[in-house]
Amino acid sequence: MTTPGEILQTSDRREVRARPDRITLEVVIRRFNPERGEDSWWDEFRVECDPLERLVEVLHQIKWYQDGTLAFRRSCAHGICGSDAMLINGRNQLACKVLAQDVAPTVRIEPIRGLPVLKDLIVDLEPFLQGYRSVLPYLINESGEPERERLQSPEERARYDDTTKCILCAACTTSCPVFWGDEGYVGPAAIVNAHRFIFDSRDEAADERMRILSDKTGVFRCRTTFNCTDACPRGIEVTKAIQEVKRAILFERF
Amino acid sequence: MVTTHTYDALVVGGGGAGMRAAIELSDRVRTAVISKLYPTRSHTGAAQGGVCAALGNTEEDHPEWHAFDTVKGGDYLVDQPAAILMCEEAVEAIYQLERWGLPFNRTPDGRIDQRRFGGHTANHGERPVRRACYAADRTGHMILQTLYQQCVKRDVRFFNEFYVLDLLRADDGRTAGVVAYELATGELHVFRAKAVVFATGGYGRIFRVTSNAHALTGDGPAVVWRRGIPLEDMEMFQFHPTGLARLGVLLSEAARGEGGIVLNRDGERFMERYAPTIKDLAPRDLVSRAIYQEIREGRGAGPNGDWVFLDISHLDPAVIEEKLPDITEFARIYLKVEPTVEPVPIQPTAHYAMGGIPTDVDGRVVVGADERVVPGLYAAGECACVSVHGANRLGTNSLLDLVVFGRRAGLSAAQDALEGSLAPLPEDPAGPTLAMLDAILTRTSGDNAADIRRELQDAMFDLAFVVRSETSLTKMREILGGLRERYARVAIGDRGSIYNTDLMEAVELGFLLDCAEALVVSALARTESRGAHYREDHPLRDDANWLKHTLATRREDGSVELDYKPVKMGPYVPMERKY
Repeated sequence: MTTPGEILQTSDRREVRARPDRITLEVVIRRFNPERGEDSWWDEFRVECDPLERLVEVLHQIKWYQDGTLAFRRSCAHGICGSDAMLINGRNQLACKVLAQDVAPTVRIEPIRGLPVLKDLIVDLEPFLQGYRSVLPYLINESGEPERERLQSPEERARYDDTTKCILCAACTTSCPVFWGDEGYVGPAAIVNAHRFIFDSRDEAADERMRILSDKTGVFRCRTTFNCTDACPRGIEVTKAIQEVKRAILFERF
Repeated sequence: MVTTHTYDALVVGGGGAGMRAAIELSDRVRTAVISKLYPTRSHTGAAQGGVCAALGNTEEDHPEWHAFDTVKGGDYLVDQPAAILMCEEAVEAIYQLERWGLPFNRTPDGRIDQRRFGGHTANHGERPVRRACYAADRTGHMILQTLYQQCVKRDVRFFNEFYVLDLLRADDGRTAGVVAYELATGELHVFRAKAVVFATGGYGRIFRVTSNAHALTGDGPAVVWRRGIPLEDMEMFQFHPTGLARLGVLLSEAARGEGGIVLNRDGERFMERYAPTIKDLAPRDLVSRAIYQEIREGRGAGPNGDWVFLDISHLDPAVIEEKLPDITEFARIYLKVEPTVEPVPIQPTAHYAMGGIPTDVDGRVVVGADERVVPGLYAAGECACVSVHGANRLGTNSLLDLVVFGRRAGLSAAQDALEGSLAPLPEDPAGPTLAMLDAILTRTSGDNAADIRRELQDAMFDLAFVVRSETSLTKMREILGGLRERYARVAIGDRGSIYNTDLMEAVELGFLLDCAEALVVSALARTESRGAHYREDHPLRDDANWLKHTLATRREDGSVELDYKPVKMGPYVPMERKY
């Protein structure tokens, strides 16, 4: 049996050992600035950093010390706010959840796809949010309010737990080939947020949301490529949620 | 080009407090929310552990017990009537969130589940009590999402990525509106309104190690400070004991609420020595100071000996998975540590500003020792100081503060907007903002903003953090003087109009310097130790001289003037704070 002290000493030693030498990262970024011209271009930067440095901080090093015009969104820097979804080495990820050592020696960063690029890594989120708003993303219950809380069993609560994790970062929707090709498709994130209410025992508007999602812009556009599930930084089983909504529309209600 | 907009009411900031206010306002008057981020990016979403209310769902509890804990937790610098009101309204505030759909964890009989949290006790300190309502370890995320959903339902008008840089006041002192910079275009906008609610959050980015988002640069407090409004109790800044080592990313107190413990490098559960009754569930200021003491006495770990450990490896993996999934993932991703089998390296992290823009319990901004109301101006959430947190906020009371006082500020601002009239705009309302931005944009060489910011954050971490003294704070004040001089020459690399985040960060740095200065000057004057403000040269609380709130005001000549106002007392007589 290992004692806590022994675990700590091991862990302590490991941290000291893992105290990393710095590494050099080559960062290739797709740039766009409408004030400079209509075409995008590629820029390369070299950054020396700690191997455990988050990619969003690597971008800061570039912005602060090499090129102040580099534009990207970020805020919390630990995967909660959803600001910094980017196409990183071909995969949609949050720049604050990717470490330098995991992409070294070269990382290629582009804006997420399928939304208009406004500058560098910043895209227009409005079309994405339109899809979100279209599914009535709020609890609808007209049956009168109880004096205290509405009751909900732990099992009923667990039914929609996964889809409550969504942070609206757009990584799923902008990884979806159907969304790239079809501007009308509401996209995975909107369906995730519809799922969150359709399967909430307190909500009364599942029929209405399923009617919206059975429309030509809705769930049946999904071709089950699983890109969205791979892209979700919150680990939501997005494709499964979409399948559950499809099944509800086909077998339960319509 | 300057565009002018007119609304009945404005909310500055789209986080929890701002959206809670906007919900009340938009039901009653024409309202706009102006936010430098998309609302769901706000830092309310990073809050983890819970929101306290004496629902009594799992064991006996009373709002009065909650109020006592809040006052004692705040080391008696709390305005007691405000704390009592908050704890009474907490119960309905939680039910309201539930009715709006917030997915709280549930008890087996379907009620909102509750868990233990630091400093929350039964019957005035007898034992820890289950008071924190929670949604796994993403309670703040669920509050932010739920409030945003309600705003979508009400079709609230948002101006996203509009950065408010100035407060407009008429000659008679009435609030006339704000000036905002549109990030997407670089254009300035004048917003006129009868009532303005500031809800811009905190300013943890003055410190190197912080749980706060990059966006938390004290914009609201600094903007009103530059317009003559005092800032209250700025020396009271909370350092959360369990930040992820090196990064400061928060590991929720819920980890200890669920049974996690803090260990030094020898594996000793040292909180048994500092708080024998509630041990690891002592309030944050006590645990952070205990960690510092352990580090000083050579029992810290890590390459610089300045870490200790949070251990949850003895908890049931199912509990960790169900109730602490996010913080477990943080340890895995950022430190490559597996919390289910080994302890996680931690260090205290700058977390929460107890101080801020002084308000009454209706969110009205009040100035001076006699608390004169500034007509039409409101504040709520972390940027405000009611004061319900006093010298040290209890865990979960921040989320409670923003729903209770966000609502109250929204209601009273709506009343003003319904009854009042638009105040006249000052001449050339956007002029001063334009001049400030142009000065930075046209400077072709000068000091790098990132260097100044890094030096500010390093020095504040070394000299004005968990342990302070006259020597350290005096040195910090001198350093700030030097940084200010350099900031006057700050130059940036981007001179464009579209998404010039370089310019935005340079402006934010100016706000950070203001907040740091208000903090340091206030802390230097307070020659006692109380709550989060610990002076090693004055280690005891001094009620005879310091049971009062600090008010720091920026004078015309740039210096900082200090004034004080009494704490509003109530049923709780200050006593020694033991746990």
